[in-house]
Amino acid sequence: MTSFEIIIWTVLPYVAITIFIVGHIWRYRKDKFGWTSRSSQLQEKKILAWGSNLFHYGALAAIGGHVIGILIPQSWTQAVGISESLYHNFSAYAGAIAGLVTFVGLVILLYRRISNSRIGPTTTSVDLVVYSLLTILIILGLSMTIGVNLLGPTYNYRPTVGVWFRDIFLLNPHPSLMANAPELYQLHAFLAWFLFALWPFSRLVHVWSVPVWYIGRPYILYRSRYKTPPLGEPSLVESYPNTSNPKID
Amino acid sequence: MKIMAQVGMVMALDKCIGCHTCSVTCKQVWTNRPGAEYIWFNDVETKPGIGYPKRWEDQVNNKGGWKLNKNQKLKLASGGRFSKLLRIFSNPNLPIIDDYYEPWTYDYETLTTAPVSKNGPVATAHSALTGKELDLQWGPNWEDDLAGAPTRALNDPNMAGLEEKVKMSYEQAFMFYLPRICEHCMNPSCVASCPSGAMYKREEDGIVLVDQQQCRGWRFCVSGCPYKKVYFNHKTSKAEKCTFCYPRVEGGQPTICSETCVGRIRFLGIVLYDVDKINEAASTKDPTKLLDAQLDLFCDPFDPKVIKQAEADNIPQDWIQAAQKSPVYALAKRYRVALPLHPEFRTLPMVWYVPPLSPVLEVIEPEKDGSTDPDNVFHAIDKLRIPIHYLANLLSAGDDEVIKNVLKRLGALRSFERKRQLSGTIDDSLGAQVGLGSADLDDLYQLLAIAPYDRRYVLPIAHRERGDELLLSQGTCGIDFESISVSKDNPQKLESVPIEFRRRK
Ligand code: SF4
Ligand code: SF4
Repeated sequence: MTSFEIIIWTVLPYVAITIFIVGHIWRYRKDKFGWTSRSSQLQEKKILAWGSNLFHYGALAAIGGHVIGILIPQSWTQAVGISESLYHNFSAYAGAIAGLVTFVGLVILLYRRISNSRIGPTTTSVDLVVYSLLTILIILGLSMTIGVNLLGPTYNYRPTVGVWFRDIFLLNPHPSLMANAPELYQLHAFLAWFLFALWPFSRLVHVWSVPVWYIGRPYILYRSRYKTPPLGEPSLVESYPNTSNPKID
Repeated sequence: MKIMAQVGMVMALDKCIGCHTCSVTCKQVWTNRPGAEYIWFNDVETKPGIGYPKRWEDQVNNKGGWKLNKNQKLKLASGGRFSKLLRIFSNPNLPIIDDYYEPWTYDYETLTTAPVSKNGPVATAHSALTGKELDLQWGPNWEDDLAGAPTRALNDPNMAGLEEKVKMSYEQAFMFYLPRICEHCMNPSCVASCPSGAMYKREEDGIVLVDQQQCRGWRFCVSGCPYKKVYFNHKTSKAEKCTFCYPRVEGGQPTICSETCVGRIRFLGIVLYDVDKINEAASTKDPTKLLDAQLDLFCDPFDPKVIKQAEADNIPQDWIQAAQKSPVYALAKRYRVALPLHPEFRTLPMVWYVPPLSPVLEVIEPEKDGSTDPDNVFHAIDKLRIPIHYLANLLSAGDDEVIKNVLKRLGALRSFERKRQLSGTIDDSLGAQVGLGSADLDDLYQLLAIAPYDRRYVLPIAHRERGDELLLSQGTCGIDFESISVSKDNPQKLESVPIEFRRRK
């Protein structure tokens, strides 16, 4: 194992993860105001409706696929009776569909950004880097899923890439597992760490704000200006709960 | 029963001269900055007209506000929570910038740098979004004083049921101004639509605000508000809305639009209301009954039981007194001459309007006894230039009777005062016909015609001693600014991702 391999498959991931975590904490504390989806729907909504929905739903499916493929050990799926060939077919077909949908969405969104003179100017330099990285990552991912696994020689990444990825988080890194993987997989993984490192400083932070807790929340929210109750008076905080009635469902 | 206080506004439309001073001063104070160029927290529309944004009143397409579902339960018109989350990547009901107008500025530099020539140089319009030259086809206030009405006015959603009668010919044309701000609703659908929980109603005064730190730019408030009074700042990607000038209101001062209103049409005050009954009132089945349902929510501030409950609910003494003097309560409930804008949206709005009287359209036929008393307003109510049904579509969910009753009261008030001032007689019969005593008419006259500043604006001062956090928010005003370094070549280009500043203690 060369030191180059250690740097790429062990040091780089840890640096990226550190930047990812510390960066998010820093951004959240320093820049809640800048923490938004940076939506440009106000400027254009017809093309966005196609591009954004395809891209986001495709990406959600692709992320789900990564979780199944990388985070869940092969032994677990085998234990519940899913054979490698069954898994392989599922991941190749479902992955190809998800990847294609994401890719088409991304192309539509990029086209919109380039062609619409109202949207172009809203693009920041960080945006440019994020879009470039995403485009390359998705193209690489598609070549792996479609080029290698669906139509090509196939490659079982679960005992290598999957184990390498999990071992990083178990603080027991095995860079050699990755060093022997095909170049496509190496490049995809290598570039992904840059995306993770860039994440907290980009518009991607909006991913963590998906407001799932909206479901089940009372509709009307009240807030009090007075945080501290005055001396000798009944506590306003107590009698005015933060979110109170009327409860409408 | 739980009593809360709520600020409200009444605008007497008779007195609006359409000068737009309110809009301009509001803009200077609140939205005169990048990303908010197109945003008018206060705008003055000429009615009939399609308004700002275009056809905002058309809830069939916009899906703003609430509606009753099959089981008569109150639901957001745009769909429930789950279906909203599914549409989070692209909100189908969002208006786009062209529905408002594409903001622009002028190329003033040409005026000073143009070479000497026979004709004076012209500053052309340039889009604030693209920097490109703009051929102006639509803008704020484009319909001022019925401009373009022959082609557009029939597109006004309030014209429903009037298309046959009103042809917008010159002889038939009618108009009045409708100044609009956020309604600071008692049952705000914007708050209910915000999935991030960034929007809220203040417990102390009912002002509806957007927490700029918590807003994530999901845009559902913009489409959820039936009055289209939440806006999306295209630079900061955050929602912004009328703040009811809360830093001023907390100090007992009127909002900027009220303070600077040339026609003195605006009244500010608080009402005490029973928050536990909100849902029930907003769920009233018959839309024309929503007015009464909302009026029932307003508690009589002189009722000892109400005062006792208000005290128990931590409403300070001086606020109860302010509620007793409130011109909003007087105009809306005591004299019933103010009406809510589009009550059928079910948000229980809190900016109400005194409908305008208008010139009599036809020659009044002599009455049976042969008299043609110009003061006999009751006779003329049906022949006013502004169709009753138009006002009804705007202010009473289509119920003509409600409008007639208010106009009759206003007409009786005019006749009463004219008689008093011209002949010195007090005609008690006029008030009696509209269910008001002469003392009431006199009070209404004082209020609507000649009320001084401190009678029009009755706002209790916020109890700062109750909050030690207030000092910390000094200098902030609910709307934050993104630090944008503007590039010379492209004024819209963001040079840097904003980080570092805007830190609140
Ligand atoms: S009028 Fe104001 S309070 Fe009412 S729904 Fe619209 S933004 Fe919310
Ligand atoms: S300042 Fe007053 S009179 Fe002038 S347009 Fe505004 S509301 Fe009407």
